[in-house]
Amino acid sequence: MSGFRLPTGGAIDRGRPLAFTFDGKPYLGAAGDSIASALIANGVRIVGRSFKYHRPRGVWGAWTEEPNAIVDVTRAGRTTPNLRATVEPLENDLAVRSVNAAPSAAEDRASLLDSFSGFMPSGFYYKTFLWPRWETFEPLVRAMAGLGRLDAENRPPADAPHFNARCDLLVVGAGPAGLAAASVAARRGETVFLVDDRADVGGSLVHRGGAIEGGFWREWAEAVCAAVRAAGGRVTTSTTAYGVYDHNLVCAWERRASEPDALWRIQPKKIVVAAGAIERPLAVPDNDRPGVMSADAALAYLRRYAVLVGRRIAVATNNDSAYAAAEALAEAGAEVEIFDTRAEVPATALRVTGDAEIEAVFGRSGVTGVKARGATRPADSLLLSGGWTPTVHLYMQARGKLRYDDSLAALVPSVPVEGVVVAGAANGAFTLDAALRQGHAAGGGEGPAPNAPQGLYRVTAHWPKPDAPGRRWIDFQSDVTLKDVALAGREGYVSVEHLKRYTTLGMATDQGKTSGVNGLAAMAALTGRTIDETGTTTYRPPFVPVPIAVIGGRRRGELLNPLKRLPLEAEHRADGAQMREYGGWLRPAWYGPDDPDLAVQRETKRARDTVALFDGSSLGKIEVIGPEAAALVDFHSYNRLSTLKPGKIRYGFILSESGVVYDDGVTLRLADDRFLVSCSSGHTDAVVTRLELWRQDRFNPARVVIHDTTAHWATLTLTGPRSRDLVATLGLGVALDDQSLPHMAFTTGAYDGAPLRVARVSFTGDRSYELSVPVSRARSLRAKIMAALPAFGGGLMGSEALMILRAEKGFLIIGKDTDGSTMPHDLGVAGPRLQRKDEYIGKRSLFLPVAEDRGRKQLVGIETLPGDAPLPTGAHLVEGEGKARRSLGYVTSSYFSPTLQRPVALGLVADGANRIGETLGVYHLGAARRARIAPLVALDPEGKRLHA
Amino acid sequence: MTARYSALTILRQGLTGHKGWPQAWRKARPKPAYDFVIVGGGGHGLATAYYLARTHGRRSVAVIEKGWIGGGNTGRNTTAVRSNYFYPESVALYDLALRLYEGLSRELNFNVMLSQRGILNVAHTPGQMEIAARLANAMQLNGVDAELWGPDEIRKRLPLISQSLDSRYLPNGGVFHPRGGTARHDAVAWGYARAADGLGVDIVENCEVTGFVMQNGACVGVETTLGEIRAGAVGVAVAGHSSRLMAKAGVRLPIHSYTLQAMVSEPTKPCLDTVVLHLGTGTYVSQSDKGEILIGGGLDRVPSYGQRGNPPMQEIILSGLTEMFPAFGQLKLMRQWGGVVDVVPDSSPLIGPAPVPGLYLNCGWGTGGFKAIPAGGVLLAHLLANGSHHEISRPFDLDRFRTGRLIDEAAGSGIAH
Amino acid sequence: MLFPCPFCGPRDETEFHYVGEPKPRPEPAGTVGEADWADYLYVNANPRGPAREIWLHLACMDMFVMTRDTATNAVLGAETPGRAS
Repeated sequence: MSGFRLPTGGAIDRGRPLAFTFDGKPYLGAAGDSIASALIANGVRIVGRSFKYHRPRGVWGAWTEEPNAIVDVTRAGRTTPNLRATVEPLENDLAVRSVNAAPSAAEDRASLLDSFSGFMPSGFYYKTFLWPRWETFEPLVRAMAGLGRLDAENRPPADAPHFNARCDLLVVGAGPAGLAAASVAARRGETVFLVDDRADVGGSLVHRGGAIEGGFWREWAEAVCAAVRAAGGRVTTSTTAYGVYDHNLVCAWERRASEPDALWRIQPKKIVVAAGAIERPLAVPDNDRPGVMSADAALAYLRRYAVLVGRRIAVATNNDSAYAAAEALAEAGAEVEIFDTRAEVPATALRVTGDAEIEAVFGRSGVTGVKARGATRPADSLLLSGGWTPTVHLYMQARGKLRYDDSLAALVPSVPVEGVVVAGAANGAFTLDAALRQGHAAGGGEGPAPNAPQGLYRVTAHWPKPDAPGRRWIDFQSDVTLKDVALAGREGYVSVEHLKRYTTLGMATDQGKTSGVNGLAAMAALTGRTIDETGTTTYRPPFVPVPIAVIGGRRRGELLNPLKRLPLEAEHRADGAQMREYGGWLRPAWYGPDDPDLAVQRETKRARDTVALFDGSSLGKIEVIGPEAAALVDFHSYNRLSTLKPGKIRYGFILSESGVVYDDGVTLRLADDRFLVSCSSGHTDAVVTRLELWRQDRFNPARVVIHDTTAHWATLTLTGPRSRDLVATLGLGVALDDQSLPHMAFTTGAYDGAPLRVARVSFTGDRSYELSVPVSRARSLRAKIMAALPAFGGGLMGSEALMILRAEKGFLIIGKDTDGSTMPHDLGVAGPRLQRKDEYIGKRSLFLPVAEDRGRKQLVGIETLPGDAPLPTGAHLVEGEGKARRSLGYVTSSYFSPTLQRPVALGLVADGANRIGETLGVYHLGAARRARIAPLVALDPEGKRLHA
Repeated sequence: MTARYSALTILRQGLTGHKGWPQAWRKARPKPAYDFVIVGGGGHGLATAYYLARTHGRRSVAVIEKGWIGGGNTGRNTTAVRSNYFYPESVALYDLALRLYEGLSRELNFNVMLSQRGILNVAHTPGQMEIAARLANAMQLNGVDAELWGPDEIRKRLPLISQSLDSRYLPNGGVFHPRGGTARHDAVAWGYARAADGLGVDIVENCEVTGFVMQNGACVGVETTLGEIRAGAVGVAVAGHSSRLMAKAGVRLPIHSYTLQAMVSEPTKPCLDTVVLHLGTGTYVSQSDKGEILIGGGLDRVPSYGQRGNPPMQEIILSGLTEMFPAFGQLKLMRQWGGVVDVVPDSSPLIGPAPVPGLYLNCGWGTGGFKAIPAGGVLLAHLLANGSHHEISRPFDLDRFRTGRLIDEAAGSGIAH
Repeated sequence: MLFPCPFCGPRDETEFHYVGEPKPRPEPAGTVGEADWADYLYVNANPRGPAREIWLHLACMDMFVMTRDTATNAVLGAETPGRAS
């Protein structure tokens, strides 16, 4: 026991006690506590175990820099792993568990590992575990590694909103410098966004205090916040600006009490980084003992939470800032002694030993004493202040550069970055008055800055000496000691990035906030370079770990790549449609609740026997309009379309410039200057883009326009031998005889006062009528058709039945029956390639050597041998046996045809067109069988059914 | 001097405070001339040097690195190794790499932590399952291990994967490649460096190549920030910077540079056993030995040399992760970074002679160079030593863009690599 | 990031589609050598730093030329070919 709660003071509510457990033991804290402050108040010293050696560890810091107090927190039965106890507010009934320890942090079974630490230096795993193989040891290593435990039942909802914001000035950090900057800008009328990761404003003022403009700092701070709001800005606390991206876009994570956390994407005209600074440890021997803490953190625990971290406190420092902390702790009742590495020490009423370095820290499970200048002093706590490291992460992410300032013993910003200004402690201004001046200037202020008493901060760098004896921790969480840094240096891992990667220094969840500078200073000393020459590792976002669910936002389930919906989805569902995704569209796959195969077979057969209704609304319908429309569609398409007569329809391909078949579809010539280009459902956006690019690049954009009307029209397709008879009953007022409306022609009319288009195209091989009406008329037309279907023995048909119908006819589906190398002549459509003299997309590529290669895969039919089951789609056609077996291609479509009463299949096969009649091997997941290459069209090769 | 790495050496060194470990590789200063100069001290460049020395017995070799070795894409990738490819040409290349990886730790006497815990491509729709079958069969026919999984196997091996009917992409099955897995990326660079150094190769760090020395239209060396270095032949393996460097030799390449992001969560105890690539969301994920969840996804949409990545793709990748594994939403993102990758139209590498005599290329690996490092090294070493292609690298020559004989995995298997 | 559409003004990067480097299409096909065709189809300057690029704003479908620093994404200019903006 060392820490305890004082009877008065602090920003806690003693009237609201909160019960919680730590490692199973019950404790009481108070509203306003952090988990860490409550633990310290209860005298808990060991809060965790170190990652590698399982050394007992206590709380080091009081905020996000905390390396040791990482805990799993269970709230209402759901556990969140790896929370910083120093940041997390205490709540009633929290169950807090230490990580990396079993059964508890205080009594950890793996603590023996520390005895073997001499044989586990940095990178030892690169040098061993070679025999028999790494994987023999890996499971053990994996089980030992990791911090918290994932709670499989904790599935956070996708409910974090993402807010976009713009402002004149974003101020990161509402401490003195940030407030001063915000004040100037707001009073000038600028929109200021002031964010701070604490729940309150004030930053270091909250625990260090100070008088500003002659009064209590808080009054001044509140006036600044009021001015910011009055000028249309925002003051957002509990919000961490964690990353700067291109164009100085800043992302910030806001923790909200009664709503889901939010992500802010802020595009400011200017950023003031006033993020403060973080106190460094001194690399004294055994500086990782529980009870060793940052001096500033001890002050924060005192002032914020009324927790005194010890009764007999040793303070080791190389700078002036620890004196205020020491004096406050003494005033609160602790016995405090200061050991200053400097010979000249500031004036203080406390006992100070100058020129003193801590030579030993005693107490395995908690500090019991320290040794300095050869003498041992009892102590229950050791506070370390090794100087301050400016929090320059955002500036560095914005491509800043640092220089080492020896008078500050700190790396500070050295070059201007457009749109970013660093102020206050983040810029090396470690006194209140200097921070206010810098903040004032950063905000663009002229004249005097907010006034504060003159402060004094002096520091003498006291970097780790590479050959210093004992175990001196540089990175607490990663368990990297000075010896590890020395070893890395010896082995040549001297670049800071190599040092980081070889030793894992700075790679733990605190990302080196307390360790980075000590590590590189040690490496600088080791290699005889300056700190500037040694350089820093890249500062990477996020500044603190940010919940993945917050960055993922609401993009989940339905909102992730949202499906496109048919206008008649509700009607289809009411009729029992089973909806599936096809090319980004949700479409009826089949209808009815019974066995899918049976349903699909039934729908297929009915379509061949009588008539079926199919919803074709998702097919792309792109209008190309204007005097140059014909020229554009000609250039865009493999098949010439300008020769098409108005009222007629032509099927064709479009190619990529590399000559590969990109899509297929029919084009209707609506008028001389108007074409309707249809395309696969999933390709519409891309085809529109292609057309647009060429329209603007190659044609006169004033003489041709592209208009995507896909979403405007519903298309209901009737197919089957009775389709015409059924359409005739609908009273559409259009002539349906084959003279007036032959195959590959269309006619227009009116339906319920709206335009109607009736097109005779067929993707089934049977007589078909596509009825297109504006979406507003779709329900009524469908109802009319549904009422008429029973009289003809017809019914609904989903996409799966259509797949069989078209496969029986050898009609291909792009991307399924073609692959990314299929050229039009592989599909038997060589005419335009041989005949067209004019330019079209992909033309040149059709004459490259690859286009003439032997063994190109061509689309063919595949017949199973008598009695065989349908081939698995994805099976390969092969030649040869055993090891010599070689793939010739694969099955792309395969079904059982209810009409032919046998399987039908399509496939891409090398030289397929020359193999018709050949029997080849079929390979599927280790099993082999045989099948015969057949003509593409299995049903009605003469095409009689089109006109039946 | 290199010390043999073993548990015994560690014990012995442990007793004497680890004072006796030598440098893993010498900090070489460049000599005026070498038989071979390799530009780029990433995995491919270091492996090339190693195989030149080891396989071809050529010891007059220098690797020139502008920063620190392994600092480019070798040190920024998501460490997956695999050979689950569709076309025989790709399989020959990537399975050569995987087979070499399988013996690499012992060959280099450096634990590269190859962990063959398998890689699963998760498919969702029946159409994707058909393509998955096509891929699994192709792999088996090409002699690579592949299993076609159904939903039950996925549930068994990945208990955390979303089975909710509200999911946008239900896991219906997929292709499992048992020999796939991960390796420790830094160790691959350091291991090759140390082994190459042991064979006499000079590894020169902090030395930037600023131009090529040309003589009678042929490349005879490089100009660097440490002076001119002559070479019998020059190999270039500078992923992400290939266009920039080759422009100095007047060569333009079929490459666009894009940023590829990667990110890790805080470490947790083991909760994910294999590498998973989710076709629906494009997110891929594995868990490192340290316990971090290692996450990657698609390229940033905007071509860029900026080595960091921007928020729109982070949102897509991480929402993809929680769609796949909703429980991972409780974890926090710890670190995010980006690398610049060479994106080639068919997403296959460029290996072969450059249009300038004396200059040889190993680039264009896109997002997948790490897994190919041993093969990239073997093939570029072969090119340099013989002046002509190894049969495995022949199809990957630059000339395929003239003939149109691209090797586009996405074309065959629907999965872009 | 915001990119400038000459027609719509500054818009979010996600609304834009990168088309490619500006190159004339070599034709007629019968006169174009394989190497020239490969250059047109596949080969890029891919500079690091300022680059002139074709972009499409997917919201209004305006195609334009943006000059952009490929290292920083700083936008240096945007124009619609043939139209003053």
